[in-house]
Amino acid sequence: MEIVTTGLAGTMESSDIMVTVSKPTQAGITIELSSSVSKQFGKQIRGVILECAHKLGVMDASITAVDQGALDCVIKARVKTAIYRACLSTDYKWEV
Amino acid sequence: MFVPGNNPGMIKDAYIYNCDCIMFDLEDSVSYTEKDAARSLVFHALTTIDYGDKELVVRVNALDSSIGIDDLEAMVRARIDVIRLPKTETAQDIIFCEEQIERIEISIGMPVGTTKMMAAIESAQGVLNAPAIAKASKRLIGIALGAEDYVTDLKTNRSPEGIELLFARSMILQAARSAGISALDTVFSDVNDEEGLIAEAKHIKQLGFDGKSVINPRQIQPIIDIFTPTLKEIQKAKAVMEAIAEANRRGSGVISLNGKMIDRPIVLRAERVISLAKAAKIIS
Repeated sequence: MEIVTTGLAGTMESSDIMVTVSKPTQAGITIELSSSVSKQFGKQIRGVILECAHKLGVMDASITAVDQGALDCVIKARVKTAIYRACLSTDYKWEV
Repeated sequence: MFVPGNNPGMIKDAYIYNCDCIMFDLEDSVSYTEKDAARSLVFHALTTIDYGDKELVVRVNALDSSIGIDDLEAMVRARIDVIRLPKTETAQDIIFCEEQIERIEISIGMPVGTTKMMAAIESAQGVLNAPAIAKASKRLIGIALGAEDYVTDLKTNRSPEGIELLFARSMILQAARSAGISALDTVFSDVNDEEGLIAEAKHIKQLGFDGKSVINPRQIQPIIDIFTPTLKEIQKAKAVMEAIAEANRRGSGVISLNGKMIDRPIVLRAERVISLAKAAKIIS
């Protein structure tokens, strides 16, 4: 999937994560993460974001995430929604 | 208990409450621009979070647009227990929904019939067609009244006495009973009016409903209290069941308790009391 615009999903509410996916400024996927628990879970959150992007076939993207204590399943849902929106795609793949 | 489909905080905590059923909502509580986000959120929650023994339901969007069909595609794949179809007006609405569910089940190798259905009736036409709707699919486990849209359709509004809902409630109840499925009542919208909630719950229990939808965890316990049999009712039901067992042991066709004959309706009511008491975990 190719990023053609900026896609945003999620909110700033507790237990949520706001994810913005934009066109890449360089090759590969860059992740800018802000989270009050980034010291404890930053690596895990980045891993979930990267895994979601790769599963959807996104190899180049700029991803910003503002975490409010989201579970992994919430992170997956928000990242995927943001990517679909950034790709202007509705060809959903319902995989875990 | 209804849970808004785009609220991660409520979705992750829903299992801690004492409700029988969690109903994730993709319809009215989700704005049009967030339908895709809510669908994805509920899908990933359902495939990740263990909600224990609670029955899991998703209220999808109406199937007259791709939004509703996309909801079905995701939720059947998430192995949801029950799909609640909103604004059901005719038996054909149920048949169409069943066809779509069956198509998806077959495409993913799921046994046909795994996904159950619930119909929400929210219009005058739906109420008049309730008997046909209730018998439109073997997947249907219940029909429910959606009162807010219904009273708008009637050109009235809800009152504390609920007189405007009496016909719809009676129709839905008769339809459900004649089809052998559950009848579920509408929500009570004012979460701060516990007295009103209790009065309405007593009213619909007396009519014969099996349960009531709630929109706030605070509304759960008052309704459970009303639907849970009293100790006296349980003792009476147990005595009836023991009298039947005793008559069976003696090979007697005539069953009596304290000098009164026990006929079939009394037995059925006793069985229902025992069943409700077991559901409430009062007896094992």
